[in-house]
Amino acid sequence: MSASNSLLLEIHELTAGYGSIEVLHGVSIQVHTGEIVSLIGGNGAGKSTSLSCISGIVPLRSGAVRFAGESLAGVAAHAIVKRGLVQVPEGRKIFPRMTVLENLRMGAYARTDRAAIESDLEEVYALFEILKGRSSQLGGTLSGGEQQMLAIGRALMSRPKLLMMDEPSMGIAPLLVAKIFEAVKSLRARGLTILLVEQNARAALKLADRGYVLETGRVVLSGTGAELLSDPRVQAAYLGE
Amino acid sequence: MFDWFDSDVLLQQLLLGLSNGMIIALIALGYTMVYGIIELINFAHGDLFMLGSFLALTLVGAAMNCGLVDPALMGESSHWWLLGTLVVVCGIFCGGLNLCIDHFAYKPLRRASKLSQLVAAIGVSFIIVNLGLFWGGLPMEVLGGGGAAAAPKDFPHLVSDVNLLGEESFVVMTWNDVVIFVVTIPLMIGLTLFVKFTKLGMAMRATAQHATAARLMGVDVNKVIAATFAIGGFLGGAASVLYANYNSTVSFQMGFRAGMDAFTAAVLGGIGSLPGAMLGGLLIGLVRAMSDQYVGSEWTNVVVFSLLVLILIFRPTGLLGLKQREKV
Repeated sequence: MSASNSLLLEIHELTAGYGSIEVLHGVSIQVHTGEIVSLIGGNGAGKSTSLSCISGIVPLRSGAVRFAGESLAGVAAHAIVKRGLVQVPEGRKIFPRMTVLENLRMGAYARTDRAAIESDLEEVYALFEILKGRSSQLGGTLSGGEQQMLAIGRALMSRPKLLMMDEPSMGIAPLLVAKIFEAVKSLRARGLTILLVEQNARAALKLADRGYVLETGRVVLSGTGAELLSDPRVQAAYLGE
Repeated sequence: MFDWFDSDVLLQQLLLGLSNGMIIALIALGYTMVYGIIELINFAHGDLFMLGSFLALTLVGAAMNCGLVDPALMGESSHWWLLGTLVVVCGIFCGGLNLCIDHFAYKPLRRASKLSQLVAAIGVSFIIVNLGLFWGGLPMEVLGGGGAAAAPKDFPHLVSDVNLLGEESFVVMTWNDVVIFVVTIPLMIGLTLFVKFTKLGMAMRATAQHATAARLMGVDVNKVIAATFAIGGFLGGAASVLYANYNSTVSFQMGFRAGMDAFTAAVLGGIGSLPGAMLGGLLIGLVRAMSDQYVGSEWTNVVVFSLLVLILIFRPTGLLGLKQREKV
């Protein structure tokens, strides 16, 4: 494996849950530097819980999460962000009573390099032009698609090494979904590593280098995006064919 | 009796109402900031304020004992330095104490139900009231001091009682009024700028609006909550000095009423909203003054708490609050 293709995120036999309910029963996923990896599966399969657990929002019960060679067990959520592992949460979760600009600045909260923050701000505005014109508008007044762009832009402001996106297409007009997947593509072209959770399996697998299929808290299939797209089980269960 | 159209009486009550209202507003900010960030009504906040005034009284007594101030000159000459020192020291004291309260009483319950936290707050309130009772029993060498532990204690005017509007004027305004505005207005402006522009202020707003998202942005939410308690406590401590100086008396029970006034102010303005707490405080101060004059002071608590009930029924979001809480 070449240096540019090194293991960035390694999740090994992860179990996690809420209260007495265990949601993940031993999930193992690997993400290499520069890859787009898609995690697909139905409702309640444990996709979002996996991301929450990696981000430190939901505590892991057993198994291991290693990022850039270091264990994340017991590391607080805010400290995980500092290491460059950042999530665009499900449902966007932008700050509704902060302006677009303030939301983006919150993304750079863990950083101290002021000059670079300003230039990154311009890059985010270049990626999502619509945000620039709305920089002084309150986040809560944006449309769903615009909020999704803001959420992605906000996460980019942290200069992530690995960006995790949780259902970026959920509840968004089709035209904007296309735009958001365009943006994901162009981010990968710039060398960003992406772990993408999606219900829209077709779009997610088309984009992905590799993918994992999650069912009731377990990985049941994995392979390259193309392999999974042509797999009859995936086609039957997730592609409606 | 009074004359309904006596403009002097009205002016005097307006001034009293504004002065007390500014103090209530300062306390209300502590309620609203904590509520905004962890949705806890910190019932101990009013009692924390009471403890601040006891520290102020003790320090004034100490200053007299050390010969730093002459008891005979209290109310005659102005001891600006003493007042300023007390505001800062009592502010830091209450801020620090509030930080400890959060750490030992509320933080362990952060993931517990809201009811558990509320009961904890009520418990802390009882503890502080009894600390106040204990403190009141300590020998304190102040004007008219001593007496039973539970007895209200005289607090001297630290600045001059001379009427700034002239000897002839019916309406009395002294430096004791002015100092309230001199202290509270910069604190409120400072707080507003702090929350709007500093990194910690931004983190406080972000945490209030979406705590999980704030964590995902790298915000250490526990630190932000601690800072909120410290700042709210500081404002309460500063208010306690102004209150004692203006109303000339402190008692271990005063935290309850002041706390209820401030809580009502926070709800009236829209709980969670900083400008709301400021506006609500001023309005409650004015309502109290008008009620004291035109309804009768024995009815004032009834008026204020009826107002609280009416707001909760008809406009639970308050005057400047959000139309509805954002969820998900």
